[in-house]
Amino acid sequence: MYNHEILSILGENGSGKTTLMNMISGIYHPDEGQIFIGGKEAVIHSPKDAYRYKIGMIHQHFKLIDVFTAVENIVLGINEGKYDLKAATKVVQETCEKYGFEIDLNKKIYQMSVSEKQTVEIVKTLYRGADILILDEPTAVLTPQEIDKLFAVMRRMRDDGKAIIIITHKLNEVLSISDRVSVLRKGEYIGTVNTCEANESILTEMMVGEKVSLNIARTEPQNAKKRLSLTNVTVLSDDGRSILKNVNFTANAGEILGIAGISGSGQKELLEAIAGLQHLKSGSILYYDPFTGKEENLRDKTPMQIKNLGVRLSFVPEDRLGMGLVGSMDITDNMMLRSYRSGNGAFVHRKAPQDLAKRVVKDLKVVTPGVQTPVRRLSGGNVQKVLVGREISASPTVLMAAYPVRGLDINSSYMIYNLLTEQKENGVAVIFVGEDLDVLTELCDRILVISGGVVTGIVDGRGATKEELGLLMTKAHHSEKEGAAQ
Amino acid sequence: MSQPQKAKHEQLLHISKRAALPMWKSWLIRVLSVVASLILCAIIIVLFTGDNPIQIYATMIKGAVGTTRRVWGLLQNVAMLLCVSLAVTPAFKMRFWNIGAEGQVLMGGLATASVMILFGSKLPPALLMVVVILASIVAGAIWAVIPAIFKAFWNTNETLFTLMMNYIAMQIVSYFVYIWSVPKGSGKIGVINAATQAGWLPSLGKHGYLLNILIVAVLTVAVYIYLKYSKHGYELTVVGESENTARYIGINVKKVIIRTMLLSGALCGVAGLLLVSGTDHTITRDTAAGRGFTAIMVSWLAKFNPLYMVLTSLLIVFMQKGATEISTVFGLNDSFSDIITGIIIFFIIGSEFFINYTVKFRSSKEVAAQ
Repeated sequence: MYNHEILSILGENGSGKTTLMNMISGIYHPDEGQIFIGGKEAVIHSPKDAYRYKIGMIHQHFKLIDVFTAVENIVLGINEGKYDLKAATKVVQETCEKYGFEIDLNKKIYQMSVSEKQTVEIVKTLYRGADILILDEPTAVLTPQEIDKLFAVMRRMRDDGKAIIIITHKLNEVLSISDRVSVLRKGEYIGTVNTCEANESILTEMMVGEKVSLNIARTEPQNAKKRLSLTNVTVLSDDGRSILKNVNFTANAGEILGIAGISGSGQKELLEAIAGLQHLKSGSILYYDPFTGKEENLRDKTPMQIKNLGVRLSFVPEDRLGMGLVGSMDITDNMMLRSYRSGNGAFVHRKAPQDLAKRVVKDLKVVTPGVQTPVRRLSGGNVQKVLVGREISASPTVLMAAYPVRGLDINSSYMIYNLLTEQKENGVAVIFVGEDLDVLTELCDRILVISGGVVTGIVDGRGATKEELGLLMTKAHHSEKEGAAQ
Repeated sequence: MSQPQKAKHEQLLHISKRAALPMWKSWLIRVLSVVASLILCAIIIVLFTGDNPIQIYATMIKGAVGTTRRVWGLLQNVAMLLCVSLAVTPAFKMRFWNIGAEGQVLMGGLATASVMILFGSKLPPALLMVVVILASIVAGAIWAVIPAIFKAFWNTNETLFTLMMNYIAMQIVSYFVYIWSVPKGSGKIGVINAATQAGWLPSLGKHGYLLNILIVAVLTVAVYIYLKYSKHGYELTVVGESENTARYIGINVKKVIIRTMLLSGALCGVAGLLLVSGTDHTITRDTAAGRGFTAIMVSWLAKFNPLYMVLTSLLIVFMQKGATEISTVFGLNDSFSDIITGIIIFFIIGSEFFINYTVKFRSSKEVAAQ
């Protein structure tokens, strides 16, 4: 990495981009290997050391104090002589003018927009004399106009001799801003190319890698019927940004519908919307009851109301211990989460859930001292088996699973794949949110690709290539701009 | 090259979470911590007062359980503290930090006192008793449900809210104590219905505390069953552990918060009833005597288990009684007994850390050698 340069670090989720940068900025420690700065080896123990080497990192989540003004945040934590806010303001002002930052230094952080906060973070690192700036997914929270502004500032900093590293997974940004691109995949360094010699398909190939055959048994869907259909579903976040935009799709019974996308593209909200945990701005979610043949609109119903309609919806959420299970409770009590209301009287009946717990432990080979063990003490894979076991035991008609194999070893993963396939053969509509494209292309019958809350394509799982999916996953930005142009 | 660097990253002190300890080991740690605290206290006693620590401890025990009268007084105090602790426990299990038990107890007590004063001579005794009981429970529940409603609908901070409600309750009590003071303007209510004993809970046993103790014993078992075996208890535990999970399985979180605080306040109201109608037969702004705050400690130390709370409340009352005794016998001031109580409780709370975590020390030599 050189001065006068913008380097992009590109990679899928979990490919180790952020971990790498955290090591450089002193938050994590490398187990092996060295870091060289200016030709000399650098030992970075803490963020303070990193500043000594003139490295500054701008995190995805800002680390600012809300009730302080911009300038107070900028000078915070610097111990040099007197605390002289006036003098500091002047220096900061000069820095801002030099690089063309537009910011009111006396505004309090909580009154600022996301983009302004980011600017404060950047100015902070510059004020501390950083020559190497690391930006972790800086564009994720910005509007297109704000992104253009940010890129202009970045170019000016580069011309001033700063070295800038930008972490991202958006191909078009990589191509427009950086001079060189380094690609990581699953924690491994794949290669570096000069941006002028690269194009989207080369980078996608480097990112997703060669096709790996997994030999997941995939059966042909049997008499697939409409089970769930979403029309024009739009969901807004608390601050009014749209997380899902006009999502349309149908999930069929007896079929696994895969959902692919960079994490944070709206997958979580999509599943939660179906489960009755997200408020819909517009659109409808229709459920076709296989027993009565009736249609039900699930929009804006609570999970309880959905259940009372006779909709057997099972949901394996991404956050296992934060949403799907209660960590401090034992396996029996966690089995009871779905069923504790059953039975008369004011008291819970633990017999049935206990039997279920024993059955799940036996059938799914959960490694645990017993069903009285708090699930928090189990390993990730076993926690997941408990959760999936419970959700499947409810004999669902729709089964949604978000990243069900994340953090699982290979055997547990295959067990989960087989369970999902088994459910599909039983005529369940399975929705599988995954991140590993090899798995998606081998497990799913159809794959829906979502990017920035927009469905960018639905492809047949049997013919899909990883490159095709990779391109769709990073496409949103174009379509967004096209949409704006129309 | 990379080897020596690796060593530098290792810390001198390494703290990690333990896997579950067997029961006997965790109790051994607790007992050892009490022993250690007694030794430290003995050292401090010798250093600062020159008195014989063994003698001081003996006096403490005598002060707490030296005579039958003292034993009954101890049990009565344990019952009252336990009752308030039981009241805050469902809320705490739901991670709703009800710091307002003091005020809820006072409001329950005030309702009791006002019914006794206003209707003491107007209602037949049986009906009066029913009204007294209902009024105290409702008053406590109302005082507790106000912060719960604000928390459920507008997510206000319950800690501050319930704390502030305490001061309002104290001032309201002060106001009525002034209004109803006998003789007028003395600032004291005195014993209510001393002649007729109207609205007094029947007194059982030698010192009249038996009924209180029995009521609290029944409540202890009831709260234990409620938390462990009822659907409500299960729901409030889930809400406390993770609101996300609660919503995911379709629990109405607002309803659970409000319902649990109604219960918590109602139990505080019962404590107020037992204090005013069952013990003091009068009310002052100090009727709750800080039990609303001490109860927090009792509940936490027992890890929200009502049966363990019998032990923790006994421990704390025992320490308080014993400490008061040594300050009178040895002519030490109150602060000294507070120091001793504080040290012992500090050690007991500290022992929980060693039960949950293990600490490994590495000498700096060891680190350098690597």
